[in-house]
Amino acid sequence: MVAPSLKLQDLIEEIRGAKTQAQEREVIQKECAHIRASFRDGDPVHRHRQLAKLLYVHMLGYPAHFGQMECLKLIASSRFTDKRVGYLGAMLLLDERHDAHLLITNSIKNDLSQGIQPVQGLALCTLSTMGSAEMCRDLAPEVEKLLLQPSPYVRKKAILTAVHMIRKVPELSSVFLPPCVHLLHERHHGILLGTITLITELCERSPAALRHFRKVVPQLVQILRTLVTTGYSTEHSISGVSDPFLQVQILRLLRILGRNHEESSETMNDLLAQVATNTDTSRNAGNAVLFETVLTIMDIRSAAGLRVLAVNILGRFLLNSDRNIRYVALTSLLRLVQSDHSAVQRHRPTVVDCLQETDASLSRRALELSLALVNSSNVRAMMQELQAFLESCPPDLRADCASGILLAAERFAPTKRWHIDTILHVLTTAGTHVRDDAVANLTQLIGGAQELHAYSVRRLYNALAEDISQQPLVQVAAWCIGEYGDLLLEGNCEEIEPLQVDEEEVLALLEKVLQSHMSLPATRGYALTALMKLSTRLQGDNNRIRQVVSIYRSCLDVELQQRAVEYDTLFRKYDHMRAAILEKMPLVERDGPQADEEAKESKAAAQLSEAAPAPTEPQASQLLDLLDLLDGASGDAQHPPPLDPSPGVALVYLLDLPCAPPPPAPIPDLKVFEREGVQLNLSFIRPPENPALLLITATATNSSEDDVTDFICQAAVPKSLQLQLQAPSGNTVPARGGLPITQLFRILNPNKAPLRLKLRLTYNHFHQSVQEIFEVNNLPVESWQ
Amino acid sequence: MIKFFLMVNKQGQTRLSKYYEHVDINKRTLLETEVIKSCLSRSNEQCSFIEYKDFKLIYRQYAALFIVVGVNDTENEMAIYEFIHNFVEVLDEYFSRVSELDVSFFNTVFHGTWQAHSSPYQIGSCSVTQAGVQRCDHGSLHPGSPGLK
Repeated sequence: MVAPSLKLQDLIEEIRGAKTQAQEREVIQKECAHIRASFRDGDPVHRHRQLAKLLYVHMLGYPAHFGQMECLKLIASSRFTDKRVGYLGAMLLLDERHDAHLLITNSIKNDLSQGIQPVQGLALCTLSTMGSAEMCRDLAPEVEKLLLQPSPYVRKKAILTAVHMIRKVPELSSVFLPPCVHLLHERHHGILLGTITLITELCERSPAALRHFRKVVPQLVQILRTLVTTGYSTEHSISGVSDPFLQVQILRLLRILGRNHEESSETMNDLLAQVATNTDTSRNAGNAVLFETVLTIMDIRSAAGLRVLAVNILGRFLLNSDRNIRYVALTSLLRLVQSDHSAVQRHRPTVVDCLQETDASLSRRALELSLALVNSSNVRAMMQELQAFLESCPPDLRADCASGILLAAERFAPTKRWHIDTILHVLTTAGTHVRDDAVANLTQLIGGAQELHAYSVRRLYNALAEDISQQPLVQVAAWCIGEYGDLLLEGNCEEIEPLQVDEEEVLALLEKVLQSHMSLPATRGYALTALMKLSTRLQGDNNRIRQVVSIYRSCLDVELQQRAVEYDTLFRKYDHMRAAILEKMPLVERDGPQADEEAKESKAAAQLSEAAPAPTEPQASQLLDLLDLLDGASGDAQHPPPLDPSPGVALVYLLDLPCAPPPPAPIPDLKVFEREGVQLNLSFIRPPENPALLLITATATNSSEDDVTDFICQAAVPKSLQLQLQAPSGNTVPARGGLPITQLFRILNPNKAPLRLKLRLTYNHFHQSVQEIFEVNNLPVESWQ
Repeated sequence: MIKFFLMVNKQGQTRLSKYYEHVDINKRTLLETEVIKSCLSRSNEQCSFIEYKDFKLIYRQYAALFIVVGVNDTENEMAIYEFIHNFVEVLDEYFSRVSELDVSFFNTVFHGTWQAHSSPYQIGSCSVTQAGVQRCDHGSLHPGSPGLK
């Protein structure tokens, strides 16, 4: 090294002087080259300076791994400056992933037993930041000794190192449990704070420790009481509150100890009331303590009066002008709303006001809380507020708001008409953000409300005439117009002012939907089917409809083309059946999730086509062909409109064949692996009493000339599913079709997430060891839907 | 639990960073830029708690410097808010009217102060007392002046 190395401050000056990112990178790369050369040369005098520069560069985001060994050398040196930088470097650069970290164990051990406080402090800091499990186990005795040292500086750090050790190696709790009770008697706040953290950690990890520490509840209460009632003490006071951090920590520990435990909770009641009433709330420190008190009151088995006090405090927070406080109040009320619903209801007006906040965090919380507060008595008022909010809310909250409103409307709707109105309103304001099943729900709802058919079709027609861009609205409107077109044209309806609608207008509107570039393919499908239905409902002749239908016979979209061809055939060859096929739908019974129901319907139709005898009349056979075609259409998994099963159902009534709900069809077996005569098959069972569970039996068979030995099968599934592998029946499959190995997988899939399965097989065959890893394709859809 | 502690200025330059959960080095700059972007887009009337990915950010602005602490759900947000101010007060005492330049130049010293003053934060929980100034004089900062000559 010829030139003298830069001091850290000079380097920082240079980096700050760089005008562009590229310049900065250049400076840093040059300096790193110098540093690397210096490390190679092994210059002990300036080593700490080089490492300091390296650490700065590391903080800016550049790689610095070549400094790791230097940290070790610096730690081992006897100069304090060196040790300081060395330990800092160890904390920033080394961690469990690098094997080098174990090498500092010895240095730390030496430093801990040296007796020089600053050095011990450094070592303890480093150990608590990056200590791995092995290091913790090795150094636990040293740390335990330091816990009993007279100097508070070292004891504090030793306690916190103990917390880290317990996190890494829970078995060490037995080492650190005994000193805790003794340490609680200390007066020094730092030690107290550390001890309480340590006890909290111990209690969270083991129920035995929890029981042990319930004994100290009176002592904790005493400490907290002293803190609250002592006068102003300069050393520990922050804006008038005496050591709020210690108070918060004690309250948190009391929460853990008092949970589900009557006796402890009772001891704490008085104290909590005292803290709640005496804390000065004009500054943030006081509010922080009060907040923690409220959380504790809610969690333990507190007296009823105390809970009311807590909710009132939260209500007071809500009215505070400081947004931070309002935020925490909204969050806590959300947690409480399940258990103390009536108490929170009292604050409903304030919560609704918070919806108007411009702050994104606050309005999101307010939305969640408002949705949770809706019940049957206030549903009308709340819905009004929420709908007003929906119109003006930011886009990321829209989806949540829309689905929340729809859910609440479903649960608490006072009348059907109100319900339909609400859904309509949501669809017009935020149509693109609603969930996919909103369309299905609404059509089912309308279908069920016989007296409201005229009303709904009229309203939908008006809405559609105004705006054809909101897809869910258009789909529902098209369906309704198709079904109840005759009511629309009748012209009289008590609930809404009379509207003269012309046939031609209706047809023109539907054609507009069909031709609009904004319409999705599914929407077009709805519109086309609606047109067909109108051919039976309207009085006029059907030329216009026939024209439209025949145009779409050559549409590029396969789904539309198929429908158009079918409908055209219906006009041409089966005109006498058209009326019967297109008559009004019976109410679709909703007894389970929509998907199951559709599956059942399409299975019913499938059963029908299988079970039908060889048709003697050509009519019946053509009908069944039609049924097959329609069945094919209903297999479209993307947008399963509720329309498609209906012709099938109507046909069932027509043909008067028995239609018992079929048992869930068994899922076919799947062969997933084959190699040189070794085969692995999977068979699936979905027990009806537990729809989220899937049982897969993997069977390994061997038709080759040699035995398969040491057969191990492992499986992996995506994180949203849970997999349990049971022990296999064996690990050898004898040759020539010997006894196969079976193994059971239990998969829990509560969210009906798509199933993906990856298998790993290892076995010995023909004197070779075979390892195969593969993902199973073609998993049957019924295994996870 | 505290996940990280950052001091970033308005231009997005990091002055001090301490991570309590391992984050890959190349992901760190990205995290820091995103964090500072979300803090900058807030106005003065908005609350100091932002929900970011799966943790909460609690931030305080001091002139051109943002101090941001990332926590998970179990922390008392207001206590952390208070802690940030406490930390700045201690620095103020030690450096007598600390400024951003101090932070950049005495970066390693800040780490030292950090370790000494808020050692509990090494394990990610909040516990600090006002006597931090006295503590600063112990240990890591003993060799007098903070520079590393």
